[in-house]
Amino acid sequence: MAQIRQLRQKIKSVKSTAKITRAQEMIATSRIVKAQQAVAASKPYADQITQALSALVSHHVGIDHPLLQEQPADNRSAVLIITSDRGFCGAYNANVIREAEALIARLREEGREPVPYVIGNKGITWYRFRGREVAETWHGFTDRPDFPSAERIGRRLTEDFLKTDADGGVGEIHVVYTQFVSMLTQEVQVRRLLPLEIGESASDRVPPAYEFEPSAAAALDLLLPNYVESRIFHMLLQSAASFHASVRRAMKSATDNANELVGVYTRQMNQVRQAAITQEISEIVGGADALAESGGE
Amino acid sequence: MANLKVGLVSPEREIWTGEARMVVAQTVEGSMGILPGHAPVLGILLDGSVVKIEPADGGEPISAMVGSGFFSVAADEVSVLAEQAELGDEVDVPEARQALENALAAEDEDATRERRARARLRAAGIEA
Repeated sequence: MAQIRQLRQKIKSVKSTAKITRAQEMIATSRIVKAQQAVAASKPYADQITQALSALVSHHVGIDHPLLQEQPADNRSAVLIITSDRGFCGAYNANVIREAEALIARLREEGREPVPYVIGNKGITWYRFRGREVAETWHGFTDRPDFPSAERIGRRLTEDFLKTDADGGVGEIHVVYTQFVSMLTQEVQVRRLLPLEIGESASDRVPPAYEFEPSAAAALDLLLPNYVESRIFHMLLQSAASFHASVRRAMKSATDNANELVGVYTRQMNQVRQAAITQEISEIVGGADALAESGGE
Repeated sequence: MANLKVGLVSPEREIWTGEARMVVAQTVEGSMGILPGHAPVLGILLDGSVVKIEPADGGEPISAMVGSGFFSVAADEVSVLAEQAELGDEVDVPEARQALENALAAEDEDATRERRARARLRAAGIEA
């Protein structure tokens, strides 16, 4: 009988786990929608700024701005790694970190010195636990990124980019983030953020001959950092959407597993209970037989 | 006469879009009014200024506070892009007043915060 009680307890606890994971799955589902809306809402700004920038660059082909130039003298490379603050998201962070480590190894092979910049508690703890040096960490906004955070990160990165190696600066900046492809697919992406590569606008439309107020150089000075910040914001939003999708998937499989486990335990419990009943009946029958035999004599 | 197609956007959302008769924006060098048929211009907004839009349907003029950003005019399309932007109707006036007081108390080297707080109040229709 003791075994039945144990099994019953197990079933109860697995069921309550399933309830929790199911709730988290539903929360994540609603957050994906919100995160996707945020991605959509940020699109007009990103499109406009890209358009303005490519117009600017195509009119002043010879324009040279520090943010557009390679810095062959600097040997350090920044790697911005976007992870999440919370766990319960399957392999989301592991994938990002694996890709980031591959990039770091590749940069080392090329004879460069990679410097990690980490966003999100999970990545921060990963690097801290291994005693690895990181240049800067940020956290606290990965679930719902806001623009001021992107601005902070962008400022710091462009600042470091403009410094030389000796002052702790970097010569290029790579970003590892997760692209939200669909509910089911999210892909880890590695992009080079700086120096910027701005192609001529992809469309055939010739950009209008802008006049600049006050000057083209001033416009570029303002636009480039804003563009970098808007790129980072975009990557943060994509990562957030991917994070929620990963949570949803992880919680869904947790719920499925829990339900399966309940089935297994229930079957075991029924078996034990049936065995006990059979045992009791055979004892009764055996007893009755013995009585009948002794009574018959 | 044709109308202007105006879009006022911040990185987080589209704040206002629609047709307008005139847009007035402040650049670092001064105020600039844009009417339909304007030559293509890319201008830098004064950080902490007010952009005024006169809707084509003759409704109430719209004021919005803008922070660091720029505007582009091309083929009767005006896009105003600002990292911080807020419609006058959406400004939380007591909060903006508080922000202005804080900015004045902080005595920053650059007066951006003060200008932004003032712009918010001005967009809300309050002289500060």
